[in-house]
Amino acid sequence: MGAIDLVEKSQLAERPAMKAGDTVKVHVKVREGDKERIQIFEGVVIGLHRGGTRASFTVRKVSFGQGVERIFPLHSPTIQKVEVTRSAKVRRAKLYYLRDLKGKAARMKEGTNKA
Amino acid sequence: MVTGIIGRKVGMTQVFDPDGTVHPATVIKAGPCVVVQAKNAQSDGYEAVQLGLVEETPAKTNKPTKGHFKKANVPPTRVRREVKLAPGGDPLNTGDQVLVNIFANGERVDVIGTGRGKGFQGVVRRHHFAGGAATHGSMFHRAPGSIGASSFPSRVVKGMRAAGRMGGGRVTTRNLKVLRVDADNHLLIVEGSVPGAPTSYVVVRKAVAAKRIKVAQVEKPKKGKK
Repeated sequence: MGAIDLVEKSQLAERPAMKAGDTVKVHVKVREGDKERIQIFEGVVIGLHRGGTRASFTVRKVSFGQGVERIFPLHSPTIQKVEVTRSAKVRRAKLYYLRDLKGKAARMKEGTNKA
Repeated sequence: MVTGIIGRKVGMTQVFDPDGTVHPATVIKAGPCVVVQAKNAQSDGYEAVQLGLVEETPAKTNKPTKGHFKKANVPPTRVRREVKLAPGGDPLNTGDQVLVNIFANGERVDVIGTGRGKGFQGVVRRHHFAGGAATHGSMFHRAPGSIGASSFPSRVVKGMRAAGRMGGGRVTTRNLKVLRVDADNHLLIVEGSVPGAPTSYVVVRKAVAAKRIKVAQVEKPKKGKK
């Protein structure tokens, strides 16, 4: 095992197998003053960026008609957990085309999460 | 007390804090080192030790070098570097080991290495000359411009900054923070970047002019409102 892997091993958090097209609920720890609470960000995973501790994923949702995207570091300790609620059948690894679609056009067919 | 150690740059990654802050980090395989020569005030005029980096591959040595190692009664190493001794602590003898545990988490260190060579570069990149305008009819782009007067002195003064070989020299990065020390695997993780390419040799020493370590400011809870 390389030295970099040794260092990164302790940093890796347990995350469910996700792929683009999955609808996820991300439980994020939010600090307000000295209080801490959990905020849920729910949306479609439109891309995963792999790479050890540097891995990240992008979640997109439409909030009050406004598209919102958040990029989370996959192994960040601020993410309490990630729940996969739905999987869609998609043919691409990066679903950037969803940014140009809205309403009915942005629907996706139900699929299985084999990953 | 020994103030430094020889290591090899492994590469970069990132490290999370418990609060989610991400630190860019360089992994250095530091040590194990062995003392090849102990210098003292009586015979050498100053206190220092010459360290050798113990590596898996055996070192090729010529006869004079072999003799130097034989005197210390240690197997030859490929790399040797001298580090200063700080006053206090037990004096080191030849053959003593120096390990990465001389450093502690949160400490400030300097990392000395050989920087990456940049090749033959122009004055804009090498000396940060401003250059000229790219457009608006300008015919002066990245040239150095005037390099001196004419008939007097009829030569270019010494030290005139010009295009040429850039990089590849000794570089010191000061005041890097030690994020983690892994004594079992001889690994040192410092915050930020370190000179040189991966696998290049570096010397890590305790910071000569250590910067004060900032304590994270805790946000005070707002009064009244809720």
